[in-house]
Amino acid sequence: MSTINHQWERFTFQKKLARFAVYLVTVAAFLASIRTVDVIPEFFYDAPNQISDMFSRMWPLDTAFYPITVHAALMETLHIATLGTLVTLIFAVPLALLNARNVVANPVVNWISRFFLVSSRSVNSLVWALLFVAVFGPGVIAGVLAIAFRSVGFIGKLLAEAIEEINMGTIEALRATGASWASVLIKGYWPQVKPAFFSIVLFRWDINVRESAVLGLVGAGGIGVVLNDAMNLFEWQKVSMVLFSIFAVVILAEILVVQIRKRMI
Amino acid sequence: MAVVKDYPNPFERSPANTIGVIVIAAYLIYAAIDMDLSLARFLEGLGHGSALLDRMFPPNFTRWELLLDGLIESMQIAIISSVVGIFMSLFIGLFAARNMMPAWVSSPTRVIIALCRSFHPVIIAILFVKAVGFGALAGLLTLIVASIGFIAKLFAEAIEEISFKQVEAIRATGASFTSIVLFAVLPQVFSRFIGFSMYQLDSNLRNSTMVGIVGAGGLGGTLFSAFQRFDYDFVTAILLTIIAIILLGEFLSGKVREIFQ
Amino acid sequence: MAESQQNYLQIRNLNHEYEAGKPILRGIDLNFDQPGIIAIIGPSGTGKSTLLRCINRLINPTSGEVLFDNVDLTSVEGKELRRHRRHIGMVFQEYNLVERLTVIENLLTGRLGYMSAWNAWRRNYTQDDINNAFELLEMVGLKDFAKQRADSLSGGQRQRVGIARAVMQDPYVLLADEPTSSLDPKTAVEIMELMDTLARRKNIPALVNIHDVSLAQRFAVRMVGMSGGHVVYDGPPEGITEDHLKQIYGGESWLS
Repeated sequence: MSTINHQWERFTFQKKLARFAVYLVTVAAFLASIRTVDVIPEFFYDAPNQISDMFSRMWPLDTAFYPITVHAALMETLHIATLGTLVTLIFAVPLALLNARNVVANPVVNWISRFFLVSSRSVNSLVWALLFVAVFGPGVIAGVLAIAFRSVGFIGKLLAEAIEEINMGTIEALRATGASWASVLIKGYWPQVKPAFFSIVLFRWDINVRESAVLGLVGAGGIGVVLNDAMNLFEWQKVSMVLFSIFAVVILAEILVVQIRKRMI
Repeated sequence: MAVVKDYPNPFERSPANTIGVIVIAAYLIYAAIDMDLSLARFLEGLGHGSALLDRMFPPNFTRWELLLDGLIESMQIAIISSVVGIFMSLFIGLFAARNMMPAWVSSPTRVIIALCRSFHPVIIAILFVKAVGFGALAGLLTLIVASIGFIAKLFAEAIEEISFKQVEAIRATGASFTSIVLFAVLPQVFSRFIGFSMYQLDSNLRNSTMVGIVGAGGLGGTLFSAFQRFDYDFVTAILLTIIAIILLGEFLSGKVREIFQ
Repeated sequence: MAESQQNYLQIRNLNHEYEAGKPILRGIDLNFDQPGIIAIIGPSGTGKSTLLRCINRLINPTSGEVLFDNVDLTSVEGKELRRHRRHIGMVFQEYNLVERLTVIENLLTGRLGYMSAWNAWRRNYTQDDINNAFELLEMVGLKDFAKQRADSLSGGQRQRVGIARAVMQDPYVLLADEPTSSLDPKTAVEIMELMDTLARRKNIPALVNIHDVSLAQRFAVRMVGMSGGHVVYDGPPEGITEDHLKQIYGGESWLS
């Protein structure tokens, strides 16, 4: 009589147990980490002083520094972000097509392209930059390629998801007209994913502006190089000038993207 | 009688498309020249690239102890910063929610969150490295700041979307503010909080393997020094470890999300 | 006569199963040689849609032959298949237009089988195609909507565009899969009228899957009743009796 009841109870009990296990593991991992992490307590207590000291040295901004060095480096950063985003499309679009199950109905192909997309996303853009600096030497090329290779996974994944959401009835109708595969792609898939495509690319460009600002720290060009130099020389007022310009560019890029999106919809 | 009249082409070629293509092409050329990119340099690099790949494979795990040290530090950084960051975000998110707090509390809190968000974690990391020195502490502080910037905002938004009826019902019983939060607000947003938190744990794990590049502890530091010493086969070993740990993290956070669904 | 002979559509012993051991079409034999609407009736899930899709190979039948234009469509692939497909117009229940393109361009997508992908991309439709598209649009009563996007139209208007697209293909046969099921009764009649007119004018058969038996009888020159993957009635619309309907749909409570 009580079989159903009993099973139901057991299920919630399991669930409770699972939740409890998660809490327990979280607390245990946290405590273990706190006890073993290599942090000198004195440094920790001193941190607020050090940080406020650093900020006091940063004021006022060295505005004279902007036209001399910062502006050109900032432009270079924007170029890296934009070129990187354009270059990434060469790889991301085919991979997205191969990854979308409603374009290529072959699990092996889907899986292979997914492998590339996941690898691209798992490696941070700074690490990609290190690799490309090793290949091409310090400079802009490494930056552009780092941005491009990191973005492939992002754009490819989101684009593949957008493609998988389209209305397949339309595709069926176009195939029924005798249209070739390429024509179906152009007249069936493309009009349907077009808004998502531009939205995804803009979104990634916005992220890339932020990311390209730090690539210079490993020598891959842009404003990061200037920031790194100023830091190594302890020129705090220049550092704050650079930080402020990065902040301004990031905000401007975000406003720009929001405006373009509004107009597109 | 049948006058064959031609209908005008309904697709007047709009200049916008052509202009768009020209602008992009012109930009590519300009940017390439401006930044001294050339095919020759690119091809030369490809040569280096194959040499590099040669040296990267097979991966070299002989110094696994070093690898393990870095990995453990990365995980410590990720775990502590996630727990502390999420815990702090609970309060900061609550303070930033405009339906729970008066404007003089929520507005400044929002500014703080926005500041935490605007800078890339690596930039925050170098500032902390300068302030508190090399090591895990700088990494911890960085990722706490990054977590607050990301997750406090999501928490605030989730709280702002709750149904206020339940809050009023509990308030009508004369409950204190704390009880209202615990019994009317938290149950409504709990599962979403778990989702955000898991996402943040993922993201902190990724970032904890990166902040080391600028000296903030963890596997990134190991990676960076391997690069500087041209130990490319060790680099591959580290990269594979990072990818494996990130995939494992994604798998585990997916499981936890299932449990709390 | 000679031409319509050549464009016979013959289905011979057609079988299809989505899952092994669960056949949905069992040995269908049908000839389509006269122009006008041929209504295919039958309960949901009896394989009407599958039958139509096996004809133009949107679904590959498990076995059997589809003879069209003197070729067995089940034996051709790729370019050859597409060359035949362009003479088989298809109309869908959910219209299946490219929502974000204009009405006139939706009509012109019916010509995609005749043009290269490059020309499709550049929108290099021939002047003849453009003229035909506008004339057809006028005929289906949507002249003023040519440059509107398809997603701004009502259901009935969309179905007119869908039919016009199929006719743009210059088809030897029309397939229509539940073309009226998503429409209100009045619009449904209009759509059937339009299909009837076009099929007669083009002198081609139009195979129409349809649920509404009386609507089918009103326009069809011939009716095919299907049940359980078999053809159980094939003849003039007047010849359908209540017994036939009972056999097709099972039970009788729905009749009264």
